[in-house]
Amino acid sequence: MDRNRSWGSKLFDSANYFLLFLMALITVVPFLLNVTGSFEAPEEALRKSFVIFPKTFSLAAYRYIFSTNTIPHSLLVTIFITVAGTAINIALTSLMAFPLANKRLRVRKPVMLMVIFSMLFSGGMIPTYLVVKSLGLLDTFGALLFPGAISAFFLIILKNFFIQLPDELEDSARIDGCNDLQILYRIVIPLSMPAIATLTLFYAVGHWNQFLNALLYINDSSKFPIQVWLRQIVLLSQTGIGDSANNFEGVIPPGKTIQMGVTVVSTVPILLVYPFLQKHFAKGVLLGSVKE
Amino acid sequence: MKALPDPASNHHHHLIVTRKSEGVWVKILKEVRRDYWLYLMLLPGVLYFLIFRYAPMWGLVIAFQNYMPFLGIAKSEWVGFAHFHALFTSPDFWMLLRNTMILAAYNIFLFFPLPIIIALMLNEVRHEVYKKIVVSLIYVPHFLSWVIVVSFFYFFFSIQNGIVNEILQSLGFQKVHFLDSARWFRPMITLEIIWKETGWGTIIFMAALAGVNPQLYEAARMDGANRWRQLYHITLPSIRSTIIILLILRLGSFLDSGFEQIYLMLNTLNREVGEVFDTYVYTVGILGGQFGFSTAVDMFKSVVGLLLVLITNRLAKKFGEEGIY
Repeated sequence: MDRNRSWGSKLFDSANYFLLFLMALITVVPFLLNVTGSFEAPEEALRKSFVIFPKTFSLAAYRYIFSTNTIPHSLLVTIFITVAGTAINIALTSLMAFPLANKRLRVRKPVMLMVIFSMLFSGGMIPTYLVVKSLGLLDTFGALLFPGAISAFFLIILKNFFIQLPDELEDSARIDGCNDLQILYRIVIPLSMPAIATLTLFYAVGHWNQFLNALLYINDSSKFPIQVWLRQIVLLSQTGIGDSANNFEGVIPPGKTIQMGVTVVSTVPILLVYPFLQKHFAKGVLLGSVKE
Repeated sequence: MKALPDPASNHHHHLIVTRKSEGVWVKILKEVRRDYWLYLMLLPGVLYFLIFRYAPMWGLVIAFQNYMPFLGIAKSEWVGFAHFHALFTSPDFWMLLRNTMILAAYNIFLFFPLPIIIALMLNEVRHEVYKKIVVSLIYVPHFLSWVIVVSFFYFFFSIQNGIVNEILQSLGFQKVHFLDSARWFRPMITLEIIWKETGWGTIIFMAALAGVNPQLYEAARMDGANRWRQLYHITLPSIRSTIIILLILRLGSFLDSGFEQIYLMLNTLNREVGEVFDTYVYTVGILGGQFGFSTAVDMFKSVVGLLLVLITNRLAKKFGEEGIY
C-alpha cells in the first residue's frame, strides 16, 4: 500500500505485531506446559518442583490414570452424555425450529415470545433443582441430558437459518406428498448442514464441559462426568483415585504429574474438534445469525 | 417458510374471514387440524420450555413460603415477604452485593475493553496469514471448561509447585498466596476471564470490522488522514453499535458472576470477598437446605437482572442505537 510510511507508523506496526505475538503465546503456553509436565518421569518430578521440558520422557502418569477404574469409566460416562445429549439437542432443536420458521403458523409468535422471555428471566437454581427432583431425575443421566435439551439462543439461530431457505423446494416436496416431518429431515436438514454441524459442535462441547448440572444433580460417583473428577483431583487434590489401581506396576507418579495428565485427558477432545469449530466459523454461520 | 397455497388452507382462510364471530381458540383449533404435523413437531420443544424453563418460574413462589420438601408447594406455609425481609436486613446481603458488584466492575473496566483493543490491533495487521494464526489461537480457551481453566491457573499460581511461585522463589522473592487469599481473589478471577474469553470476544468485533467498506479508508488517505484519524473517524464508528449492544448485555447480567468459575475458586480463605449471589444460593439452598430463603435471594437477583436489561436497552434506544430487541 503506502510504501513510504513514516518511522512512527513502522514502529507502531512492530509493536503491534509483537504484542499480538505475546497474546498468542500467553494463550498457548499453559497448554504446552501442561502437556510437557504430564510426560515427566516420576523420579524427575519428585526431585524438581517444575520443569519446562522434562529430560526423560515418561508415560507413567497416563499408564497410572488408565490403570484406575474411575477415570476410564468417567470418560465413558462423559462420551455417552456427550453423544446422547447432543443427539437430543439436535433432534429437539430442529423439530421446534421448523414450525417456528413457518409464517402461516398462528402460535408462532406466542411461542417465540415464550422462548425469548426465557432468555431474559429464569426460575433459577433452586426451583429448577426442585423440578428435576420431582421428575425423579436426581442421580440419573436424565438430569444431565434433559434440563438443557434446547438452547433458546441456538433455537433462534436455527430458525433464522430455516427461514432463509427457498420455499420452492419445500413446496415441491409437499406436492410429492411429503408431510412436514418428512420435509424437515429429507429436505430442510440436508440443506442446513452448515448450521446443524455448528450447533452439533457447540452442544457437544457444552456437554463435554458440563460441570454445574453434575454438581447439582449427581451424587453417585459412578455417574460423575470427567469435569467433576478433574475438580476432585486437581482443585481438591483428592488422592483417592488410585484405590482401584490394582494392576499398576512401578513408581506411582507424584500428584502433580497425575493432575496434569488428567487435565490433558479432559482437554484433548476439545482440541480435536477445534479444527471443525474453526472451519464452520469461517463460513460465518453463527456470526451471521448473531448480527441479525 | 411459506406453505404453498393449497386449496384446503384457502378454504379455511375463507371461513376465518367470513365468520368473524369465531373465537381465537376456534381458529387455532382449525389450524391444528390443518397443520397437525407442524403442531406435533412443536410439541416436544414447547413441553421442554414449559417443564424446564417455566415450571421453575412458577416454582419461584417458594420464595414466599417456608418451603418444606416433604410438604411440597401446596402444603408449605406461606410467609409473605419474610425471606426478603431477612435478606435485606442481613449483613450477608451487603457482603454479597458488594462482592458481586466489585467483580462486575473489575470485569467491565479490565476485561470488557480488551477484545475491542485486540480487534483494533488485529485490524491494523496487513499480513493476512499472521492475522489468521493469531485469531485462531487466541480463541481456543473459550471452548475449555472452567474446571480446566482453573486447573491451568492452579498449575501456575498454586503455593506448592505453582510455576509462578517457583520462579518467584528462585529469584529470591517470597511465595504469594494467589489462590488462597482474599487479596488476590478478584485479580485472579479477572485474569482467568481475560485469558479464557478475550479471544472469543475479539471475533464479534472482527466481524463488524470486516464489514467496513475499504473505499472509506482510501478516501480518508486521499484527504491526508493518518492512521489515528482513520481509526477515530472510520474504524471506531463502525463498531460502535456492536460495543453498545455488548455493553447492554453485560450490564443486564451485572449480578451474574458466573457460578462455576467463582465456585471453583472459592475457599475458606477468600470467601469474604468471593461469595457472590450465585454461590450463596448454592451454599444456603442446595447444601444448607433453606430452599425458600435461597430462592428469594436468587429471585432478587433475577428481577434486578431483568430490570437492568430493560433499562439499558431503553437507554440505548434513546441514544439512537438499535437495542437488542
